[in-house]
Amino acid sequence: MISTVALLLCGPAALLGTAVLAGAFSRRASATRLVYGAALAISAALLVIVADHLMGNPGEVSAVTLPLGLPWTGARFRLDGLSAFFLIVVNLGGAVTSLYGVGYGQHESAPHRVLPFYPAFLAGMNLVVLANDAFAFLLSWEFMSLASWALVMAHHRDEANRRAAYIYLVMASFGTLALLLAFGLLAGPAGTYAFDAMRTVQPGPLAAGAVLALMLLGAGSKAGLVPLHAWLPLAHPAAPSHVSALMSGIMTKVAIYGFVRVVFDLLGAPAWWSGVAVLLIGGVTAVLGILHALMEKDLKRLLAYSTIENIGVIFASLGLALAFKANAMPSAAALAFTAALFHVLNHSFFKSLLFFGAGAVLSATGERDMERLGGLIHRLPVTSFVFLVGCVSISALPPFNGFASEWLAFQAILQSPDLPQWGLKVIVPAVGGMLALAAALAAACFVKAFGITFLGRARSAVVEQAHEVDRFSLAAMAVLAVLCLLAGLLPGFVIDGLSTVTLPLIGDRMPVQTAQPWLSIVPIAESRSSYNGLLVFVFITISASLAAFFIHRFASHALRRGLAWGCGFDDAAPAAQYTAVSFAQPIRRVFGGFAFRARETVEMPAPGTLDPARIKVDIHDVAWETFYQPIAGAIDFATERLNYLQFLTIRRYLTLVFLYLVILLLVLALWP
Amino acid sequence: MIFQLAVQGAQMLLVLLLAPLLIGFVRKVKARLLRRQGPPLIQPYRDLIRLMRKEVVLADNASWLFRVTPYLIFAATWVAAALVPTFAAGLEFSWTADLIVIVALLGSARFFQALAGMDVGTSFGGIGASREVMIASLAEPAMLLIVFSLALVAGATQLSTVAAFMGSPEVGLRVSLGMSLIALVMVAIAENARIPVDNPATHLELTMVHEAMILEYSGRHLAMIELATFLKLLLYVSLISCVFLPWGLASVGAGPKALAIGAAAYLAKLAVLAILLAVFETAVAKMRVFRVPDFLGAALMLALLGTLLLFVSRSL
Repeated sequence: MISTVALLLCGPAALLGTAVLAGAFSRRASATRLVYGAALAISAALLVIVADHLMGNPGEVSAVTLPLGLPWTGARFRLDGLSAFFLIVVNLGGAVTSLYGVGYGQHESAPHRVLPFYPAFLAGMNLVVLANDAFAFLLSWEFMSLASWALVMAHHRDEANRRAAYIYLVMASFGTLALLLAFGLLAGPAGTYAFDAMRTVQPGPLAAGAVLALMLLGAGSKAGLVPLHAWLPLAHPAAPSHVSALMSGIMTKVAIYGFVRVVFDLLGAPAWWSGVAVLLIGGVTAVLGILHALMEKDLKRLLAYSTIENIGVIFASLGLALAFKANAMPSAAALAFTAALFHVLNHSFFKSLLFFGAGAVLSATGERDMERLGGLIHRLPVTSFVFLVGCVSISALPPFNGFASEWLAFQAILQSPDLPQWGLKVIVPAVGGMLALAAALAAACFVKAFGITFLGRARSAVVEQAHEVDRFSLAAMAVLAVLCLLAGLLPGFVIDGLSTVTLPLIGDRMPVQTAQPWLSIVPIAESRSSYNGLLVFVFITISASLAAFFIHRFASHALRRGLAWGCGFDDAAPAAQYTAVSFAQPIRRVFGGFAFRARETVEMPAPGTLDPARIKVDIHDVAWETFYQPIAGAIDFATERLNYLQFLTIRRYLTLVFLYLVILLLVLALWP
Repeated sequence: MIFQLAVQGAQMLLVLLLAPLLIGFVRKVKARLLRRQGPPLIQPYRDLIRLMRKEVVLADNASWLFRVTPYLIFAATWVAAALVPTFAAGLEFSWTADLIVIVALLGSARFFQALAGMDVGTSFGGIGASREVMIASLAEPAMLLIVFSLALVAGATQLSTVAAFMGSPEVGLRVSLGMSLIALVMVAIAENARIPVDNPATHLELTMVHEAMILEYSGRHLAMIELATFLKLLLYVSLISCVFLPWGLASVGAGPKALAIGAAAYLAKLAVLAILLAVFETAVAKMRVFRVPDFLGAALMLALLGTLLLFVSRSL
């Protein structure tokens, strides 16, 4: 009997085979459908295998060592609760994205630059989640990064895309370097590369702190934590839309998997201050990410920035779980950890959905700039409806799924006054406030995203020619919209499913939710807090239908179409509408000063002239200016100086080599 | 079981029927304070009926969202208002939603209202929607922090439990509860578009927020939105009274007598708070739109301070 993990490894192998075949035949007309169809079938098969494993014996761990990679070590792979959950996230996302790709890929101008790398990217993400030693993990991680880099470079003739891909490559290598060092510290003097061996060793407090910091740098740069996020809003939108959905919705989750695997699993018992660091970074990331999103007028960049916000929310919950775990409060830790993982799942649903919607808008109109869209609800009825579902879900509004996980996170925050440390007592309510602020700003951001793109009147001619997208794209979006609603209505099933992850990592689980009457979710006790998305949905439906019935029975039916009220000016130009920039103006005035050093200057024409007045808005990315530019400047400066070494004579080079040897020997001799 | 369901149903009908009366009462008191006669108490009911009978004038490019939104807003607000204890705590479905859910339900209503404001594509809708989300982006976190404070004091976010705890003698006087009360009143004023944040009686373009969003609505649609606005005011007044004035609230599974007492006490509390609101609105002037962030920022800070105090010392 072949073990589950070996069966699962056939998936990435098949995907890699597809990638090779796609590379060979990508110029054929039928290649697009075949490649995405194959990716869909493989992802679905992986999903079935994992689901079958979870149905049968969820607690079972299955491991295998393959004679690949480094001599003597081999490549270890393992399936446990955590990897099973993330495999579901990866392959559900992969399957739906491939379904979308079957239709959307037809519009691709350079399919041979996308098709070979797409299955490879999926394979890389699957392998990261399954890896059970540092070598296999890092190799898969790099593979994932490079495959996604190639996809970002798909439209490489655009200067902006080349720059985005370059910055992504730099940040990805930096992240892998941090991960390499983290695993080096975990391996210890014995140099054990296997995760099983790392798990048994408890590193000292200094080493543990260093590993946490390196993981925040390594996994955090991939996930998009502030201030390591700079590449994300450039690279995610640069790729084709379905790849953007994979990168934003799924790859950031793989980064979170890496963080959870190391910090919650391999690192042993956490210290309380590790929770403080993760909480603070998460809270700041959430608020800054969504504020940046509000300032955007490019739809895909807005979505990319909103990913940063959601990553912040997830990390804040993870930080809370760390703090509880460090203080031996397992039930509260299980609550916070469940909230984080639930949000991982939810974000993978609605962010993929929203990127698909943005892709649909892009293929229908050729525009990403919201200032040139508007009124698409009339042209793309289905797309606009499912996009609205995504907007409602991501804005954390009941009864959709985003609210369920945020509600759990808030319930976890309310457990924290029992924490003994003063640092945590002060930080946790502040972070709670930040999360609340981020949630409210997210709603504002998605009112803007939907309102400017789909509502109002068309701002350019391209909208008039837009047509609804193909069936495959619509089906993929509809599947995700239904999943968003289902996860919001029946969160108890998800929470119970997550118990297989929380039990081994936290040592406790949330109470069984599906046994609650009416399928409510009750984190601790019904008298404390409970939420029933299903009943809220039913009540809203009933009251809305009652109201509609009453109105139609008793009120007037008369309806007349007329001009909108324009203060006596009929037929105002569509340019008179609010734009993406003007919509965000009040919020920019409130928060822009400290978040972006935003400045507004009004240039008035000289009296008597007929020139228009101009308003100029100056927005700075503070992280970019404080961290990246000085570092880039320092590297430039150093390379400029070291460039001198390139033009020496052979004698001088030999002298340098000799000197280096002497210094090395001296160090070895003096080393204690 | 049947009796419990009947009580829950009575509560749903009660909030629906009382909401216009509350508005009429506030308007009447305000008029009397200005030495005007004022419209009769039942004027809001008449307005609603009149609106229902009128035809709807729909802008040319209004979409289906514009026509669905009034019902959604009304339904979300009604459900939220029916889940706040009015005359009795611990009703049959009170566990469906805790205070966070009630806040989020109002958030859903606002989300759709702002979208509807942008649907027609006039500058008024945009100005209203963008200002509304700015106000909400400060009011909502303040409200959630108030919820945190209450939850930390009472050990629950479930409103019935909070109300029962606040009615028990072990509450005492607490600094953070005082801060929460002030913050809650400020948030309630902003959320309900009352003076000094917004003026529900004006149609002056440069200052209006709520009215700008619903400018394109008419007829039965406008009636639904107006009714939802009335319900929202009733919700906040009920919320303040059930948390900070929990006296007379009938407890879980109470008999008809306790329920009657609860209903009488509820009406008295509504009247007192409505008079206070009218006096306050008459005494202050409307502020500029960009003073509102300062006002709400103060509420946010008060709520945060209250929560921090509770975290640092559980007895304050």
